[in-house]
Amino acid sequence: MIGLYHPGKSVVHRTPTLLKLLLLSIAVTVVGLLGEPWQLLTALAAVVIVYVIAGIPPRPAWQQIGPILWILVIAVPFQALFAGWTVAGMMAGRLVVAVALAALFTLTTTVTAVLEAFQALLRPFRRWVDADRVGLLVALTLRCIPLVAEIVTEVREARKARGTQGSLLALAVPVVVRSLYAADAIGEALVARGLDD
Amino acid sequence: MTRITFEGVSHSYGERSVLRDIRLDLTEHRIGVVGANGSGKSTLVRMINGLITPTAGTVSVDGLDVARNTREVRRKVGFIFTNPDNQIVMPTVQEDVAFTLRRRGLTREQVTERTNDALDRFGLRAHADHPAHRLSGGQKQLLALASVLVAEPSIVVADEPTTLLDARNARRISELLRELSQQVIVVTHQLELLAGFDRVVVIEEGEVAFDGTPDTAIDAYRELLA
Repeated sequence: MIGLYHPGKSVVHRTPTLLKLLLLSIAVTVVGLLGEPWQLLTALAAVVIVYVIAGIPPRPAWQQIGPILWILVIAVPFQALFAGWTVAGMMAGRLVVAVALAALFTLTTTVTAVLEAFQALLRPFRRWVDADRVGLLVALTLRCIPLVAEIVTEVREARKARGTQGSLLALAVPVVVRSLYAADAIGEALVARGLDD
Repeated sequence: MTRITFEGVSHSYGERSVLRDIRLDLTEHRIGVVGANGSGKSTLVRMINGLITPTAGTVSVDGLDVARNTREVRRKVGFIFTNPDNQIVMPTVQEDVAFTLRRRGLTREQVTERTNDALDRFGLRAHADHPAHRLSGGQKQLLALASVLVAEPSIVVADEPTTLLDARNARRISELLRELSQQVIVVTHQLELLAGFDRVVVIEEGEVAFDGTPDTAIDAYRELLA
C-alpha cells in the first residue's frame, strides 16, 4: 500500500473502491474453491488479461507477486511430499492467483480511495464510530511504516559505527525513543494543520 | 497585512521559564526571529498557531485571542516545521497536499484543482503519485510548503525550515518564503536567509534582546554571540 500505487486511467483504476473490494473478495473465494488444474489456468489467464487492461507493466507486478514464489519454492516440495504434486501445484496456483488479485487492487487504488471506502463502510455506524478518525488512523499507520523503518536503519548504522552491533538493547531503546519523539512531532504537525477540529 | 500581538506573554515548562513578558506587535510582511538554541524563539512562534498556550499574557492574530479562537486562528496561520518528515501524513505527494483540504467543505473537483495548482507551483507535479517518503530532503520541504499553502493561510510561520537542507535547497526554500504574498515569520540560525526581510526580532534567554531592521538586528545578534 505504501508507494505501490501505479497511476493510470484504466477501467480497473476507475472502478469504485468498494466494488473492487467486493469483486476481489468474490474472486479470491472462487479461486479457493477451484478444483481442476484447467480451471486454475483459466483464472491465471484471466488475471493476466486484467493486468494488461489495467496497464500494469511486468516490473511492478513482479515486485508484488515475486516474493510469494520464494515461499512456494520451499512450501510446494513439502506439500508434495505429503499430498502429491497435483495438490501442491493447485495450492501454489491458488495462492499466486489470490496474491496477484490482491496486488492488482493495491496497484490500482490510492490510499485516499481506500480511506474514503473505509469511511463509507463505517457511515452507518457514525453514532458510535468517528469514520474520519478511523481513516486518519489507517493513513497514519501506513505513513509510519517507512518512518520507523528509516529510524531502525539509522540506529543500526549508528550502532555499527560505535561497535555495539551485538546489543539488542542498543537497537531497541533508541528506536523506541526516536519513534516516540517522531509520533509527538507528527501529532504536533497534525494539530498545526487543523486536524484536531 | 495581518497583525500578530503578544501582550505580556510568558511561558514556563514546569519551573523553567522560557519566555518572560514578551510584548510585540507584528504587522510587517517578512519578519525574522533569531536566537541561540534554547532561547525561546520556537516556543514564541508556536504560540501564533496555538501549538503552545502562554502561561501568562495573550497572543492574538487579527484581534482573535489564539487561546480562545484556536480553530479560526489555525485556518489563518500555516506552520512549517524543521523536519518535513514529521509533517508528511499521507503516503503519496498528491494525497498529502490534498489531506490539508479535508474538512474544508470543498468538492472533490475543487480539492483536485487546488492540489494540482499547489503541486505545479512547487514543481512537484511530476512526483504527484510518488511515495512522499522517497522524496529528497529539499523536495520534502517543498511538499511541506505546498501542503501548508494549499489551504491559503494569511500567515506562514516557519520554524528553522532550512536547517536540514543543503545550501542549494536552503536557498530555494528561502526564496520561496521571501516571494510569498502572505505575512511570513521565519525562525532561523541562517542569517543570510533574512536578506530582504522587513524586521528581525532577536530573542535571548526568553526576552526580546533586540528588535529592528535586519542589518542592525543581525549585528546585535552577532554581538550577543561573541
